[in-house]
Amino acid sequence: MSNKLNYSMSLAKPDAQNLSMIQKIAVFLGIAGLFIMILALLNVDFPNKAIFLTLSLGLIIIGTVIFSRDAYLKKTEGIKNDGVWFKSISSKGILAWATGIILTGFYIVLYFYAELLGQGSNGEANTGVISLFDPLSQLLSGRPASQWFVYGTLYTVAILAFGYKFMLKYRHNRYEQLRTASVMFFQLGFAFLIPEFMARLNESPQYNLPYYDLKSMWPLNYYLFDSWSINGFLSSGNLGLLMLLFGVISIFVISPILTYKYGKRWYCSWVCGCGALAETAGDSFRQLSSKKLSAWKLERWLIHTVLVFSVIMTIAIIYSYLGSDPNKYWLTRPVFLISIGVFLTLVFALIMIFKRNELGKDARYGAIGFFVVITALFAMHFTGTTDEIFLIKSSNLRSAYGLYIGSIFSGVIGTGFYPIFGNRVWCRFGCPMAAVLGMQQRLFSKFRITTNGGQCISCGNCSTYCEMGIDVRAYAQKGENIVRSSCVGCGICSAVCPRGVLKLENDSMKGRINPNEILLGNDVDLMDLVNQK
Amino acid sequence: MEHIVIIGNGISGVTTARHIRKLSDKKITIISAETEHFFSRTALMYVYMGHMKFEHTKPYEDWFWKKNRIDLKFGFVSSIETKSKTIYFENNDSIQYDKLVIATGSKSNKFGWPGQDLKGVQGLYHKQDLDNLEVYAPNNKVCKRAVIAGGGLIGIELAEMLNTRNIPVTFLVRESSFWNGVLPKGESEMINRHIKNHHIDLRLSTNLKEIISDENGKVKSVIIEETGEEIPCDFVGLTAGVSPNIDFLKNSDIETNRGVLVNRYLETNIKDVFAIGDCAEQREAIGNRRLIEAVWYTGRMMGETLAQTICGNKLEYKPGHWFNSAKFFDIEYQTYGWVFSKPKEGHQHFHWKHNDDTKCITIEFDSETNVFLGINTFGIRMRHEVFDKWLTEKRTVDYVMQHLVEANFDPEFYKHFEKEILSTYKSQLQTV
Ligand SMILES: Cc1cc2nc3c(=O)[nH]c(=O)nc-3n(C[C@H](O)[C@H](O)[C@H](O)COP(=O)(O)OP(=O)(O)OC[C@H]3O[C@@H](n4cnc5c(N)ncnc54)[C@H](O)[C@@H]3O)c2cc1C
Ligand code: SF4
Ligand code: SF4
Repeated sequence: MSNKLNYSMSLAKPDAQNLSMIQKIAVFLGIAGLFIMILALLNVDFPNKAIFLTLSLGLIIIGTVIFSRDAYLKKTEGIKNDGVWFKSISSKGILAWATGIILTGFYIVLYFYAELLGQGSNGEANTGVISLFDPLSQLLSGRPASQWFVYGTLYTVAILAFGYKFMLKYRHNRYEQLRTASVMFFQLGFAFLIPEFMARLNESPQYNLPYYDLKSMWPLNYYLFDSWSINGFLSSGNLGLLMLLFGVISIFVISPILTYKYGKRWYCSWVCGCGALAETAGDSFRQLSSKKLSAWKLERWLIHTVLVFSVIMTIAIIYSYLGSDPNKYWLTRPVFLISIGVFLTLVFALIMIFKRNELGKDARYGAIGFFVVITALFAMHFTGTTDEIFLIKSSNLRSAYGLYIGSIFSGVIGTGFYPIFGNRVWCRFGCPMAAVLGMQQRLFSKFRITTNGGQCISCGNCSTYCEMGIDVRAYAQKGENIVRSSCVGCGICSAVCPRGVLKLENDSMKGRINPNEILLGNDVDLMDLVNQK
Repeated sequence: MEHIVIIGNGISGVTTARHIRKLSDKKITIISAETEHFFSRTALMYVYMGHMKFEHTKPYEDWFWKKNRIDLKFGFVSSIETKSKTIYFENNDSIQYDKLVIATGSKSNKFGWPGQDLKGVQGLYHKQDLDNLEVYAPNNKVCKRAVIAGGGLIGIELAEMLNTRNIPVTFLVRESSFWNGVLPKGESEMINRHIKNHHIDLRLSTNLKEIISDENGKVKSVIIEETGEEIPCDFVGLTAGVSPNIDFLKNSDIETNRGVLVNRYLETNIKDVFAIGDCAEQREAIGNRRLIEAVWYTGRMMGETLAQTICGNKLEYKPGHWFNSAKFFDIEYQTYGWVFSKPKEGHQHFHWKHNDDTKCITIEFDSETNVFLGINTFGIRMRHEVFDKWLTEKRTVDYVMQHLVEANFDPEFYKHFEKEILSTYKSQLQTV
């Protein structure tokens, strides 16, 4: 009897997971839409591509919309997690593995075998599924589609369709609705449309703008400082310069201010495209993130290693871009290295002076990271020739980063493995941007998740549904605020808590971190007593 | 080294153990016959509903116990010999203690209904009840209808659970309105409507008379006391409250009534034997509190206190202001201070309900002094800390009404209702 506990193995299938008739039709419509794309992939040459592309994308969107309306609008408003752990797709069942494998395969083809999708090379016309997207690309940017255009379109469609689903699912929760509307807007406008229009500008010889998603900041946008990108900006007149400037300002000014006021969520859950996909299409998988302490340890090592790697790589790239002759341009290699060194030392020193106690053991890791970067700076200086640093070609460093981090980690593993490891694998273990914002969130931000006195019943809903694998309950049941660098402020822990224990808030820095062991409700003297220790 | 033995690995036993470990190096053993590791009983419903797996209900990872040198022993205690300080297990095993903590929790009430021990008839308390639910009510093919008898917090949870598997539920409630021994009329009636909105067949003022068996000793139907109606069903949930789980103490020297009798230091009549949590019964009531408080928080707070006493800092159990919470299907409920179903003598209620019929509050206050005594809030989250402070400061109801926004704990961007509440208050009471 007691071994019946593992419900995913349970033979008696819980009823809730059965699809209604309408939902079945909706699934059929969506699959029909995908099927058109598969036919195109198999080189079926559709006569009027514009119509078939519209049909295909339309069916996918309509299918998702009908499905969500049937699933959520027929029920009262509230938390809709019934049967999550019974459904194959959301509990690592066969469907989940199949989806994971297909997605992973898609990413591998996309990154490494684009010709299989029909990417025309050497000016040849596209074929296959990429040619299906030609009409849309022509309409927007006046160019034929590329594998990245196909990817971008599908990505945006996924965010819009599943974003709608998410908004219905949380229709009682305005925080969730607003932030979903926000990521949908930024994806459609900033990541998808504006770069295409920028490509239009490039038709004029005055402009040579690189692809640039304005909201995507370095170090997430690791190619911002690539030579082709910088050259592109610099050769595009004032507009190009302005954009480059905006890129730098957003890193050093806009982001720190917003993160101070609102925590890293302003980016990760309201703006970022990776976050947008995770929160919408990936919503069904948030419960799969590992909450083990060991996963947390791995996370801290991995994400900061990626950060150090990306910092060194970027410095190397800029370094090799710059010249050595101060008469040509004031920013020479030595000047650049020295100013980076000074900047990092300053940041490091300030943190150590003011925030040492809050950091505790993490201070050691911070120090390690700092010294790795500084050593790298020296090494660069002494081993640097025109195109070599550390005796390797800087372009090799860049391609290694692009391949292992940019493609394999963030794409293949980060998204392909949604149904197995959860929807924020990249954001949690790999994203260097998240690492930077997280550090600031932990140390200089007004954001925290407040716990409500003694109301926690340790049920574990919050931890289960935290996509970042934060053991929220561990804090809540002790009455501690949650101030964790990895928290993206998605607000789901607060939404699913059945006792109203958690609230995402921006408040004063004072008393933000409160390691109180005794919860509200008990004898006041006892509380004082224990907290003194 | 002093050996502390704790019977029961629920919230009260585990809290005691954790705090003893923090304060000392004593040898600690926790005994349980239910599950090897501590899990959150309050989360049982979410496992059946598919929100979580059983794994997720465990607040600590399995390595936690060893790391903190808390020994776990799986086994059912059959008796205790306090003279020799020995605990005997069902399988004749035994262990010795220096200090003993009884934290054995509750068991579901059964009031002697004919047929109450049939297959497919059960309460909802232990992990084993959850396992049995999977046998007798896994879906609506095996279980064509379920009947729940007893309209309290566990009853409504069970109704919600079965509902998620599309099993038709008949909910028998003895009272004339859901939980109206605790909730004021307006709230209780709102919940009645909410239950019905979820297509539950709610029968108020209705008692269970008898449970009828089929030829295999499994439930076939129930008979209603008032009308004699027979309702065919495959599952009966008995949720008419819980009582202390202390049968194994019958032949011991430990004094019991309904629960294990304890003084304010949580000591029983026997030296070095303590009782906490659901199974403990206070000899004298503490304020408005009941003698036995079968809630999560009480177990936790008693555990916090007792750990101090055991570690040499003898402390009285002094709970602060009463608070509690629950969720009725989609409606969250929190309470701070005391709101009675009918205002106590010399008290008065202020009630506000939102048009959408899912949000309301009731405030109890002293008619003479206007001092605020407690609040029930439905569908609006409020801050524990703020009300705790206001109760301590004995704020007036006017003050609370004017400052209600400070107590709001709803997520950001939620609609606020303080203005509406205040204007209702002014028009109803005209004291501001
Ligand atoms: C479905 C459900 C929902 C609830 N929801 C809430 C809620 O929302 N809020 C709230 O405040 N409270 C809630 N409660 C009540 C709360 O769970 C209990 O008050 C609390 O769990 C009691 O904790 P405890 O440590 O005293 O006992 P228990 O958790 O019952 O632990 C006692 C343990 O001792 C074991 N034991 C008993 N006798 C023996 C023996 N002879 N030998 C060995 N082991 C033994 C038992 O098997 C059990 O594992 C809920 C209860 C249930 C059943
Ligand atoms: S802690 Fe809460 S808000 Fe933060 S990432 Fe986890 S679920 Fe989202
Ligand atoms: S904070 Fe809420 S969801 Fe998390 S364990 Fe506590 S009661 Fe459950």
